[in-house]
Amino acid sequence: MSTELTPVTYYLTTPLTDADVAKLNIGDRVFLSGIIYTGRDAAHRRLVELLDRGEELPMDVAGQVIYYVGPSPASPGRVIGAAGPTTAYRMDAYAPRLLAKGLKAMVGKGRRADEVREAMVKHKAVYLTATGGAGALLSKCIKKVEIIAYEDLGPEAVRRMEVKDMPTTVVNDVHGRDLYAAGREIYEIKA
Amino acid sequence: MKEISVTAIRNAVKDLSIKANRELGQDTLDAFVRYKEKETSPVGRDILDQLIENARIAREEGIPMCQDTGLSVIFVDLGQEVHLTGGDLSQAINDGVRDGYQKGYLRKSTCHPFTRKNIGDNTPAIIHLRLVPGDKVHLWVVPKGGGSENMSRLAMLPPCKGLAGAKELVIQTVKDAGPNPCPPIILGVGIGGNFEVAPLLAKRALLRQVGERHPDPELAAIEEELLEKINNLGWGPQGLGGRTTALDVHLEMMPCHIASFPVAVNIQCHANRHLEVTF
Repeated sequence: MSTELTPVTYYLTTPLTDADVAKLNIGDRVFLSGIIYTGRDAAHRRLVELLDRGEELPMDVAGQVIYYVGPSPASPGRVIGAAGPTTAYRMDAYAPRLLAKGLKAMVGKGRRADEVREAMVKHKAVYLTATGGAGALLSKCIKKVEIIAYEDLGPEAVRRMEVKDMPTTVVNDVHGRDLYAAGREIYEIKA
Repeated sequence: MKEISVTAIRNAVKDLSIKANRELGQDTLDAFVRYKEKETSPVGRDILDQLIENARIAREEGIPMCQDTGLSVIFVDLGQEVHLTGGDLSQAINDGVRDGYQKGYLRKSTCHPFTRKNIGDNTPAIIHLRLVPGDKVHLWVVPKGGGSENMSRLAMLPPCKGLAGAKELVIQTVKDAGPNPCPPIILGVGIGGNFEVAPLLAKRALLRQVGERHPDPELAAIEEELLEKINNLGWGPQGLGGRTTALDVHLEMMPCHIASFPVAVNIQCHANRHLEVTF
């Protein structure tokens, strides 16, 4: 049984600085506001292919946040449909490349690979989780949406979103700690 | 012979696809509330609150509760005294999926497995057709998310592993899945049959209401034991630590080959969408 966490609540506006992310600890609540970008597997593959060819990305990721989401279509009168996070490990193969370009936070759900966690420590970045399956609730935090690349990918296209107080929790901090491991340690009851 | 038009089935598939994605069943909602009272983790309680609020917004505003509006899994129990009229049943079901996903602004999530190109209309549906006695058609519409499906498992265990081995596999599956399948989860467990039937038993087990025990007391006791052990793992809501990892475990069993011991674990996320209708 390890000690209980004492989470702190922060309201952060993008772009994020090293100081913004360095103060975050696992379990902290972060309400994100400002511009964030979206991308899933197929878009990440294309972004990394651009880097491989030495070309520019469709957005400058330095100081930015990428939200792993493939929203459902907007019905009339809405800016977006349901928009909860998708499972993050599918982006693990690509994430270190974007972290090296200055990406400061990723928002998704589920565990990250060791290489991604090491890259977060090295480049001072964090991994946040939004509640998986709370797509209706999270859609209310999204104020504007614009597709900026890969429209052919449909739900997987890269979008630029303006969000207001989007609720997230810090899973991996710049110290290399992991809330999934720490949380289980507190609440597991061994036989 | 009773006649039922496939157009009625098409319309039902359309309507239930939309409704299932917007209106979380009372069985799951009640379980959120019940488990929240027992949850000792503050982060866990906060997430259960978010899920209750999420279900309210989805229902009241008519938007999907989750952006992953699922692969369309359709179970059909077709009475052998029914004559289906007006066309092809499979086509009617797929047309219903196409209509529902278009008109309901649901996400189209089927793609070519190699190129990953989106099919564009969420077809083909996965259809499980069973011929049953009687003159009714019973239909279940079960939109199934990818995250939880990816964490599911089938094992052809050596029979010497016994029931204890099957239980261990179920618990190990949840332990390995961790936060990925969006806990709190519901588990469908299929024991017996063969390589293709065990997963189908597990999937069918998920059609049961959350909180509903198997009528066989022996199987019901195994469900309860597994549920307690899974909730002792400590993963909690979203895997962030807590006592609510699973809302329920549903087990189905049938005989198998003397050389085999198939065990399948199908994980369902908390967006536990299953609606049914009888014609």
